Amino acid sequence: MSIALFRIDDRLIHGQVVVGWGQPLDCTFIVLVDDEVRESDWEQDLYRMGVPPHIEIIFASVKEAAERLPGWEADARIGILLVPDIDTAVALVAKTDRVKRLNVGGIHHRAGRTERLRFVYLTDDERAKLRQLAAGGVDVTAQDVPTARAIPLGEFA
Amino acid sequence: MSEPLRGVIVSHAAIAQALVSAVTVITGIDGALVPISNEGCDNDALGERLRQAVGERPAVLFVDLPGGSCLTNSIRYAKQHADIAVVTGVNLAMLLDFVFNRGIPPAEAARRAVEAGAKAIRVTAA
Repeated sequence: MSIALFRIDDRLIHGQVVVGWGQPLDCTFIVLVDDEVRESDWEQDLYRMGVPPHIEIIFASVKEAAERLPGWEADARIGILLVPDIDTAVALVAKTDRVKRLNVGGIHHRAGRTERLRFVYLTDDERAKLRQLAAGGVDVTAQDVPTARAIPLGEFA
Repeated sequence: MSEPLRGVIVSHAAIAQALVSAVTVITGIDGALVPISNEGCDNDALGERLRQAVGERPAVLFVDLPGGSCLTNSIRYAKQHADIAVVTGVNLAMLLDFVFNRGIPPAEAARRAVEAGAKAIRVTAA
């Protein structure tokens, strides 16, 4: 399995991903799935600055990610796939049946969201979407770093 | 330059606040540096913290790591505002130099801070 982690994280590429997960997983590529970042050269440059040279970053739209996922899964290297929010995760799952598990790694506070965990804040609509993903067969857990417990969906949404 | 530069430290957890406290204890200079933590922030929230800390004044943003959300949001902010310079790898030595040399343009202050910070990193005799 070469995509070792499918993660929702509104900070996308940051320390917890690159160091916290990347080092123990021995990750050497990160797929960043975000339609807006895919269209912005300077945003891509920004995210490239945050990773060491041995890690490749692949920028993909949701559509591209669904199409290329089989190739990434067949890759001999170990990778992490990131999406910025629940809507993007839902859109990806709608286009491919290859996402079997989803790590909720960081969804932070903003208006309308309530705290579910220290690093997970959700609106009622977002909670419903996560439950819908789980009902569709995706194993959804929350875990910010590998040393923490993977919290089952039923405990936070 | 009519108004001295502001330094804004952007860090994970409480590093920024600790650095500001250390600079104040050592120099007695208060108000030259503003701490920002990325704790509990998504990108929009961290951008808002930067906006509140910097305002429209010229400033140098001192970031803890050369990657991650503190850096990406600082560069994003600098791209959208004039007279903002960004330095990574903040340390106490560069901040001590900075607070005494704030009457220069942000880019020059940033270069000076990097030199001061780099000089402080060394292997000493055991």
